[in-house]
Amino acid sequence: MPFVTAGDPDLEFTSAVIEELVARGASMCEVGIPYSDPIADGQVIQESYTRALSRGIKVSDILQTLGQLAPRINGPLVTMVSHAIIYRHGMERYADALQDKGIAGMIVPDLPVDESDGLAAVCKTRDLSLIQLVTPTTSRDRALKIADTSSGFLYYVSVAGITGERSVVPQELQERVGWLREQTSLPVCIGFGISQPEHVRVLCQVADGLIVGSAIVRRMADAATDSRDQALRQVGDYLSSLLAVMDAR
Amino acid sequence: MLPPPGSCSADVPDETGRYGKFGGRYVPETLVYALDQLAAEYEAACGDATFRGELDGLLQNYVGRPSPLFFARRLTAHCGGAEIWLKREDLNHTGAHKINNTLGQALLTKRMGKKRVIAETGAGQHGVATATACAHFGLQCVVYMGEEDIRRQAPNVFSMKLLGAEVRGVTSGSRTLRDAINEAMRDWMSSVETTHYILGSVVGPHPFPKIVRDFQAVIGRETIQQSHAQFQGLPNTVVACVGGGSNAAGMFYPLVGHHEVELIGVEAGGRSSSPGDHASPLTYGSPGILHGSFSYVMQDEDGQTSPVHSMSAGLDYPGVGPEHSYWKSTGRVNYTCCSDEEALAAFDVLASCEGILPALESSHAVAHAMAWARERSSDQRIVVCLSGRGDKDASEIARLKRG
Ligand SMILES: Cc1ncc(COP(=O)(O)O)c(C=O)c1O
Repeated sequence: MPFVTAGDPDLEFTSAVIEELVARGASMCEVGIPYSDPIADGQVIQESYTRALSRGIKVSDILQTLGQLAPRINGPLVTMVSHAIIYRHGMERYADALQDKGIAGMIVPDLPVDESDGLAAVCKTRDLSLIQLVTPTTSRDRALKIADTSSGFLYYVSVAGITGERSVVPQELQERVGWLREQTSLPVCIGFGISQPEHVRVLCQVADGLIVGSAIVRRMADAATDSRDQALRQVGDYLSSLLAVMDAR
Repeated sequence: MLPPPGSCSADVPDETGRYGKFGGRYVPETLVYALDQLAAEYEAACGDATFRGELDGLLQNYVGRPSPLFFARRLTAHCGGAEIWLKREDLNHTGAHKINNTLGQALLTKRMGKKRVIAETGAGQHGVATATACAHFGLQCVVYMGEEDIRRQAPNVFSMKLLGAEVRGVTSGSRTLRDAINEAMRDWMSSVETTHYILGSVVGPHPFPKIVRDFQAVIGRETIQQSHAQFQGLPNTVVACVGGGSNAAGMFYPLVGHHEVELIGVEAGGRSSSPGDHASPLTYGSPGILHGSFSYVMQDEDGQTSPVHSMSAGLDYPGVGPEHSYWKSTGRVNYTCCSDEEALAAFDVLASCEGILPALESSHAVAHAMAWARERSSDQRIVVCLSGRGDKDASEIARLKRG
């Protein structure tokens, strides 16, 4: 399950990448709405957000593009979006827009479960998924509460930290995710740091899905210097190399 | 126009960190653990006489509290109206109010058994105060500071290094306070289990706005006592500058229930009232979310943080603490702003009339107090929170004056 930044370097390329990734076998796609102050993101995604924003990208343009894309592809789209943006647009208005464009849901990385009742209710009445995050610092009781109020899937954050490629995944990860999967009927997907075939080999057995972000965004950034076709092929080949590991299992 | 009495409560925030509708906790799940831990530790510390005793002892013998309440006789004569009094936070050890908070939070760090501290800084005063507290308690200290601020507040960068802190330059975004907070939060995301983040103002997610306000409230409590001792009453008006809002919150909070005292917060008016030319969210902004809290902020229609400007690094911030938004919404505190130019003029007047170099941040409050005093009679009194001293600004002021 890939993560791509919307509008880096422009929305036409974002669309092309998503189409390519889904054609290569991605089961769904997470689209990052660029935000000026992304606290949970490492350098690669931060810089891609900054590039997109410096070109004046607007949320309405992003949703417009995704709306055109959604019917053409065989897999749901979800937005990764700061609550600062949702609040400014209005929770209901933002949710209406997603529904209108055929987008399946949202991940709001800066909205912890204690603050999410309002948005959860708004999503529920519209059949949108509100995908919430569980992290290594989340207590078990709290994880159950998060599972209760989430829909779509549960996002398990592999490390206490920010997004970005890492060479090793933590030891305890498999056990923690295993426990969580026993507690909930929702699919549990793992994200943050996943970038190498070896990660996929180890984790694809414990999780229902794996989310790959910075490794893809970094390759997309090459589109600014290399030819777009080449960047597109690189991103696609990279995803295929990860999917091959899963198929081999 | 006056709100009904009692509509502004001092009994805030509630347990979810709300000041009316403002505040809260909009942070990644990873940080919730650390915030819960901090809130619990703070509550325990509040009920612990040893903790209070240790902090009070440090404030007295290390910081040099109480800071004087000083009658500015020549400044008063210069303005020709109401009496102007200065609450001298500039005389604290390290030269600003920031040390009141950092010692309190460093003590909390020790209680939590954490050995490493991170902080953000704009003017460098909070960075110096954090480095100082860490040196005193033997804690490892990393300070994030925007590259633009490293340039304009160079003396404080040297001080932090001399005090043993590592200063990490931040090159993202506007290279100022806002970006330094982002970077500190990111560090904390990966280090929550071993590190405490000493946030320097009444901003950020709950419980920071409350903890910082409480540690700074010593300013207002002393001012009340000293006013009774020196002029047998309370001042008509109290004024403080507002960046994130910690010196103002510390000064105002104990006075919130004294309805007869007018409270005025002064934001950075910068070059003009046009977007991007100032740093006055309470004056020109609207409620939104930034850095984990719901409060007034400068944002565009998409919720992206807007560029802001102030010549004063400590006020150059697009957000403000949630309790100030609450005070604004209840009408208990009035907020206004003053321009770079007015603040620089006030700096000069205070220097020449009283022999005091105020920080550029504090100069904003002085400027407003002078204007206020001119319009009032000599039986009125205004107290200015002189939040810090201006030594750090001398070379930047020389540069600004050369134009
Ligand atoms: C002397 C001084 N006053 C005021 C401020 C602004 O902060 P606050 O509004 O939190 O008091 C700063 C911040 O660096 C400062 O150094």
